[in-house]
Amino acid sequence: MMKSADNTATVVETIEPNSDVLLDNAGKKINIHVTERIPFGHKFATRAISKGESIVKYGERIGFASQNIEVGQHVHVHNMESGRGRGDKT
Amino acid sequence: MLFSGYHRPNGTAGVRNHILIIPSVVCANRVARGISQQVSGTTWIEHQHGCCQLGVDAELTMRILVAHGTHPNVYGVVVVGLGCETNSAQDVAARIKEQCPYKPVHLVVIQDCGGSLKATADGASAAREMVGQASCLVREPIDVSELILGTECGGSDACSGISANPALGIASDLLINAGGSVILAETTELVGAEHLVAARAVNETVAKRCFEVIDRCEKAAIAMGVDMRGGQPTPGNIQGGLSSIEEKSLGCIYKAGTKPLQDVIDYAVPIKKKGLIWMDTPGHDIEQITGMVAGGCQIVVFTTGRGTCCGSPIAPTLKVASNSAVFEKMHDNLDINAGTIVTGDETVQEVGRRIFDEMIFVASGKLAKAEILGFNDFALKRIGPTM
Repeated sequence: MMKSADNTATVVETIEPNSDVLLDNAGKKINIHVTERIPFGHKFATRAISKGESIVKYGERIGFASQNIEVGQHVHVHNMESGRGRGDKT
Repeated sequence: MLFSGYHRPNGTAGVRNHILIIPSVVCANRVARGISQQVSGTTWIEHQHGCCQLGVDAELTMRILVAHGTHPNVYGVVVVGLGCETNSAQDVAARIKEQCPYKPVHLVVIQDCGGSLKATADGASAAREMVGQASCLVREPIDVSELILGTECGGSDACSGISANPALGIASDLLINAGGSVILAETTELVGAEHLVAARAVNETVAKRCFEVIDRCEKAAIAMGVDMRGGQPTPGNIQGGLSSIEEKSLGCIYKAGTKPLQDVIDYAVPIKKKGLIWMDTPGHDIEQITGMVAGGCQIVVFTTGRGTCCGSPIAPTLKVASNSAVFEKMHDNLDINAGTIVTGDETVQEVGRRIFDEMIFVASGKLAKAEILGFNDFALKRIGPTM
């Protein structure tokens, strides 16, 4: 996790489905059960995120959930959307 | 702190001593390349434009070509034109000579020479003379405050914002502490992070400019009527784990370090201030490098997660890998590994220091891999239609 306000964590090695991951959030250890395969450099949800809620990394909004996301699920283009430069939404 | 470089009579400092062959128009590319291939110690550029351009668009092409000719990394210039183009070779050569009267500038016009073979021979003869003169110059100690660093990230992955960009940010801060200038660019890749950069602006006017250039960039993307995703982030960025332009941008800004933002300037405009400057360029890697070099940056440090091999024809372009896997895989093209931050073997500060030291070493003459392999990437940004 980059900042404590984040609801996603970035993995620096590929994580296989159904792995338990110990996260360091500003010194506080949290255990997360990762349910899906998370390729190197990709993100998983560190808590449940409802559709329309902000996706947060670096302590900043990086987009919105396009569907409900469970804790431990892969967060990427299939379940989140950018809020910027959306010519398709105008 | 000193590096070893070339003092130019107009007070600027070069880190290279190139003889550059510039075609004023696409029709002169073959001759420009032919001249450079004949004469060792020269480099050349090629581009698609220089004719059937209007107004500010034609002027931008002229300005970028002239700025490459007047650049402190360039000792002498051969300008090649066809003879009937909008962007006349005579004007390019005259403007270079006007701004740098001390610089050898030779003009070749293909139609006047009687064809491409004669033009190539004429240009090669002049270039041969210049290479001989240039080789007599010796490097001298110059303060690093004369350096302008162009920062860039391309082929980013999710590690770029964790390792290579924060480490480049440390190197940027070190150069600014030493009195130098650093360019932050690629406006598209600041969409979503502009508030953080604007918060570092030295005054309200500069802060306001940050939001204006982002607004213009975002409106241009929206005007295309599609989701920016696909163009930004690119398919490779997405494979690397970046899900949105905001995520990419938030990782991008780390390469600009922590210093105050002094100014926001237009594409390819000369850098006049010390400290951190935002140049409003596209996210397109080569258009960005071309704009920064036209602004006077003598050296580029380019971070990458997916791997890239490009390089400016006149400014050494150092590559920093964001992860060790890509550094190993593309070792021929990547100069520095910041993947050691991801594995916990080095800190961001340690790698940042290493980037800074390597940058000074390269400014003093060590060749970047892109130079050894002969990369001469050059792309003109267009702001008008081809007529």
